Amino acid sequence: MTRAAPVPSSSLKGPIRRKLSPVSDTAETDLTHDFIAKTIAEHPVVLFMKGVPDQPQCGFSAICVQILDHLGVDYVGVNVLQSDELRQGIKAFSDWPTIPQLYVKGEFVGGSDIVREMFQSGELKPLLVEKGVLA
Amino acid sequence: MPMAADALEAELREAFPDAEIVIEDLAGDGDHYRARIKSPAFAGLPRVRQHQLVYAALKGKVGGQLHALALETSAPP
Repeated sequence: MTRAAPVPSSSLKGPIRRKLSPVSDTAETDLTHDFIAKTIAEHPVVLFMKGVPDQPQCGFSAICVQILDHLGVDYVGVNVLQSDELRQGIKAFSDWPTIPQLYVKGEFVGGSDIVREMFQSGELKPLLVEKGVLA
Repeated sequence: MPMAADALEAELREAFPDAEIVIEDLAGDGDHYRARIKSPAFAGLPRVRQHQLVYAALKGKVGGQLHALALETSAPP
């Protein structure tokens, strides 16, 4: 298994580190939105999570990490705790109130309940294969 | 910020009047619940949409007032 490093490059982190103004500010919101859109466009499998894959900071994020690791899929973990804009921004982006959130090929698959349910019912692996992210 | 199980159930019943709803307090702290909801409202919808309906019914409490609400949604056969 060759999992990509959590929050893999400085360029990924770059835009969201800037603390320009409160979350409601349009420029900052756009910046976060663009960062998320770019991340899920550039990486086939992205897990927005609390903590990093090697050290999840919430049990729900840990469940998703375990499942993805178990299936042996390459993925990128993005730690939403690094930025409050990102933490709020991903919720708005997906219209989903909780973390973690799994994206495959730019498409929102679900949070930890759905990922676990799909794994247990045997639906997750075929989905990943069908999307071409798992052999 | 915790929330009473019966308050949670009441809000869900209001949103899904014809549903079977079972609430479990997973950690005993009023902050980590599991809700099993079986409602015709979910028929034919992907899971993400089913859960989004529940989150919308709870008007922003999940992820805020409630740290976590584990969901199992389904439609009656």
